[in-house]
Amino acid sequence: MTTLLLIEQVLNGLQSGIMLFLMAAGLTLIFGVMGLINLAHGSLYMIGAFAAAAVAGATGSFVLALGASLIAAAAAGAIIEIGVIRRLYDRDHLDQVLATFALILILSEGTRWAFGSFPLYLDVPAALAGPVTLPGGIQYPAYRLLIIGVGLAIAVGLFLLIARTRIGIQIRAGESDREMIAALGVDISKLYTLIFALGAALAGLAGALVGAIQSVQVGMGEPVLILAFVVIVIGGIGSIKGALVGALLVGLTDTLGGVLLPLALSGMMNASAATSVGSALASMSIYILMAVVLIFRPTGLYGTA
Amino acid sequence: MTFKQLLAATCVAALGAGAQADGVKVGMITTLSGGGAGLGIDVRDGFLLAVKGNDDIELVIEDDQRKPDIAVQLADKMIQSEKVDVMTGIIWSNLAIAVVPAATAQGKFYLSPNAGPSALAGKGCHQNYFNVSWQNDAFSEAAGTALSGEAGKVFLMAPNYPAGQDIMAGFKRTFQGEIAAEVYTKLGQTDYAAEIAQMRASDADQIYFFLPGGMGISFMKQYAGSGVDKPVSGPAFSFDQGILGAIGDAAVGAKNTAHWSKDLDVPGNAEFVAAFEAEYGRLPSIYAAQGFDTGLLLASAAAKADVDDADAFRAALKEADFQSVRGKFSFGANNHPVQDIYMREVIKEGDLVTNRIVGTAATDHSDPYAADCKL
Repeated sequence: MTTLLLIEQVLNGLQSGIMLFLMAAGLTLIFGVMGLINLAHGSLYMIGAFAAAAVAGATGSFVLALGASLIAAAAAGAIIEIGVIRRLYDRDHLDQVLATFALILILSEGTRWAFGSFPLYLDVPAALAGPVTLPGGIQYPAYRLLIIGVGLAIAVGLFLLIARTRIGIQIRAGESDREMIAALGVDISKLYTLIFALGAALAGLAGALVGAIQSVQVGMGEPVLILAFVVIVIGGIGSIKGALVGALLVGLTDTLGGVLLPLALSGMMNASAATSVGSALASMSIYILMAVVLIFRPTGLYGTA
Repeated sequence: MTFKQLLAATCVAALGAGAQADGVKVGMITTLSGGGAGLGIDVRDGFLLAVKGNDDIELVIEDDQRKPDIAVQLADKMIQSEKVDVMTGIIWSNLAIAVVPAATAQGKFYLSPNAGPSALAGKGCHQNYFNVSWQNDAFSEAAGTALSGEAGKVFLMAPNYPAGQDIMAGFKRTFQGEIAAEVYTKLGQTDYAAEIAQMRASDADQIYFFLPGGMGISFMKQYAGSGVDKPVSGPAFSFDQGILGAIGDAAVGAKNTAHWSKDLDVPGNAEFVAAFEAEYGRLPSIYAAQGFDTGLLLASAAAKADVDDADAFRAALKEADFQSVRGKFSFGANNHPVQDIYMREVIKEGDLVTNRIVGTAATDHSDPYAADCKL
């Protein structure tokens, strides 16, 4: 394997990690602040992608489509929080899992009812359709660079929001003691709706960004949701920094494992056996990573007990 | 799920309110929700179109959600409490392997409208198992023959599950040339950046891949944006009508092999395409064509023999006395199809991305596993 190919694969790993971060950030915020396990987070990702595909189909504008994904997912998130989730804060996690699992089914079948069972068309804007040549002669799709840029910008924005703003202070306070900040006069239910909508909007944006290079279809959110849970467990539940580090770790492990393991095994066995054993091991690699992290840091990398 | 029961009830009602005692009761287990739902819905709709107005056939439809455990539960329920005579509908090879042997062992007939795993074609064949679609290797065996000589080195990619392995095995069996690399991806994988980077770095002249459903959409869009310009081809699953609209122009020019195409000039095909479009408001896919043929086959057997007389019914099925929308169709020794396979090319008709036939890839193709089948 050449160095160039390796660098390209590292970029791919970064990009997939950044996308996971957008999903995991919302999930970890919601869990950290509200103590809620939201299985329907993947459905919000799907809603973002469908809203983007519908608006892009109607207007032809990708920027409008991204805007629509943010608004649609945030609105759906706010409605879900007010209509369903609000009743679940005092219940145990099993009730929350049941209710949000029901939401997955309702949202999936609702989307199927509204848009049909066949995947929708959403493509990258023409200006970003081709590859760009990076220093060193690496050809890399322009759109994936945009994803990396947008993701990093959002990561910085979230850090600033949480560390420097009044809402950020309230969020951190809510994380450590929700009764206390309610007693201090913060409207906790409004804060919860806001956080839920923010997490939903990030998931929706991720769905729209990824939908342009993947397939926009019912059920697209669930595989990502599983990875996002792995990310927040590795990073430590409730920690945005943990979500970023965990997402990049998972993205890089997943991508590089799939490439390097078959290559490493090909020295030991024949080519087709190495391919199949290697790809089987690669699918396990992120879960092995999670297990190893949990052995040494039972609360995750940045989690607090 | 209430919606499903309602749907099934409606279908049954539509198919003849007074289900006759001597009719054939059919249990259809197919994928109607989740990521692979487009395929199951096409099979179901094609099947319903074929048996529309036929009072001999009573139908129960259930959704397997693409999960083997659910498919097995549904099959048990259909056999034990619904007492169906014939089962059909499964899309995915891993589900078929889980359900079919148990069903045929209990004396039920199974007609496969999709999925032809090699495990059920050779030693595991059964007199009550009829495959109306293809053995998994078929399209890629034809492609391997067609690409030999002209393609140069080929880069192979497929998901790591029974059908992916069968299809790559089929290609390698007939392809005379060099394989540059062989990559197996996760089933359901959505990001192919790592594989595309390998394609760019390899010295392959051509990419041959099998990625059904949403996986194919993701790959084709990412491949188009990557700037790698090696020609791509694959079995029709990666370029079928249900997903071409979502891939868009990125697919145009890709070659693919199939037993059917909407422009195939055989008796009944143009009528089928028109009727399907009129009924459902979309163009049929190969899955719809397979569902339609499965319905026709069942109706032809039900008209000839009573399903309670298993030997007569089996003989009636084996005759395959129906006008397939694929033209010639008959069953080989292992109850798998003997049929022609065509080379198709993705084209643009106005705004519509679709396929047209550019040649014949294999004539009277049958699968290589028949020799292992003791029927």
